[in-house]
Amino acid sequence: MKMRGYKSPGEVPWSDIELGAIVTDPGSASFKRTGDWRTQRPEVDREKCIKCAICWLHCPDAAITPLDDGYYEPELYHCKGCGICAAVCPKDAITMKEEVEQ
Amino acid sequence: MSKRVVLEASHAVAEAVRMADVDIVAAYPITPQTHIPERLAEMVADGDLDAAYVPVESEHSAMSCVLGSAAVGARSFTTTASQGLVLMHEALYIASSHRYPIVMAICNRALSAPINIWCDHSDVMACRDTGWIQVFCQNNQESFDMTLWAFRVGEDPDVMFPVMVNLDGFILSHVTEPLILPDQDDVSRFIPEYHYRLALDPAKPTSHGCFGLPDIYTEVKYSQELALRKSRSVIDKGWKEFSNIFGREYKAVETYKAEGASTLLVTMGSLGETAKMVIDERRANGEAVGHLNLRLWRPFPFDEFRDAVKDVKTLAVLDRCYSFGGPGGPVASELRSALYNQETRPHVVGFIGGIGGREVDAQAFGYMIDRANEITEKGSDDLYEPLLVRGLESGTGVRG
Repeated sequence: MKMRGYKSPGEVPWSDIELGAIVTDPGSASFKRTGDWRTQRPEVDREKCIKCAICWLHCPDAAITPLDDGYYEPELYHCKGCGICAAVCPKDAITMKEEVEQ
Repeated sequence: MSKRVVLEASHAVAEAVRMADVDIVAAYPITPQTHIPERLAEMVADGDLDAAYVPVESEHSAMSCVLGSAAVGARSFTTTASQGLVLMHEALYIASSHRYPIVMAICNRALSAPINIWCDHSDVMACRDTGWIQVFCQNNQESFDMTLWAFRVGEDPDVMFPVMVNLDGFILSHVTEPLILPDQDDVSRFIPEYHYRLALDPAKPTSHGCFGLPDIYTEVKYSQELALRKSRSVIDKGWKEFSNIFGREYKAVETYKAEGASTLLVTMGSLGETAKMVIDERRANGEAVGHLNLRLWRPFPFDEFRDAVKDVKTLAVLDRCYSFGGPGGPVASELRSALYNQETRPHVVGFIGGIGGREVDAQAFGYMIDRANEITEKGSDDLYEPLLVRGLESGTGVRG
């Protein structure tokens, strides 16, 4: 993920904080790794997927990414493993796998 | 030209808000604050004030509304009292944390229950730690002056904090007194045009109210705490400029006949006027007593306070608010805390009175002086003494 010179909040000293902790670089939340909050990850079965985009529509973190070939894949830098994509898939093409499983 | 007028403090505050040329007023009427939004609504309706008046459905909405207007850089005013202030409570922190210089007049009133519309300081003391600059007024002129000053100081680029202007409900809000209204040109000179560099603007986007995870929250809160403390220099500069333009002098800690005094009466708000009258009588009798008015409550003026009391033996402190189960009234316990590590310090004797509109008259202040001197001499394990409680013998303190 390209960071555009973005500093992770964990690197910012108190004296560099903008007035009111206001963010002057909109969209910077996309640089925050939330994927490490996940305990389960979605896995897509391309045999079952019909490219309907319902998972993409429902993902609350915009972590389902459309690919050039028309399929959809979770983007694991942001995916928190909430399981909504698996729950809404009309073809049960997405299953949630425990992160401990290989 | 400045002019001498006769106004109740509520209308004086409304005049100050008009002369400060606010962009928006959002308020919900509540006794004893009602005359302020009423008067401002009239001014807007009559075309005397070019501002939006938003008649919101609650005080929580009033504060939320001015948070929004402050975010786009509008000069924003609201006003409330009592239950209205505590209904705003959670939104008060947003104003100070986002560093929006909203000005709010509070006509201090008791909190329910039992329901009571009269003056004490329970409402603002519940908001002590919300991160707002907090000042108290003793009379109508001060209510006008502090409101003007609040815009000047809050909006200073080196401050950027919201300001609460506290005036005692009814005792000031509904009482008519003569005061001087300044010339508009002088007010405009005192309060320059306000530009908020981080205003919400599609052409230059900013995000307000973002998430703060454990990896940044600590740093954000420290920077806020330090900024509020550092605002002290502009607070004083604001009063200095005020005095240069308008001729009236204000300080964070104001003393009256305190030179050589061994005992000081300490008050906040309008009761200072009664206290000073008692000091005059006692001084005429040769007693070494004086008065200390704590004008600035947040950020607390530690240096000035310690300096003002360094040669004093006894402080008789009046609190108009309980801290249930705590160390005494919020003012007295804070003063004790400010003095605890000092090598020499006066004895702090706390009294709680003037609750829910109960009169504290000259006789009561006289009693406080005598009783505080007696306690300094004899010692006492009491945390504080409740004043004028029917059925309670005077001199009966409350212990831990």
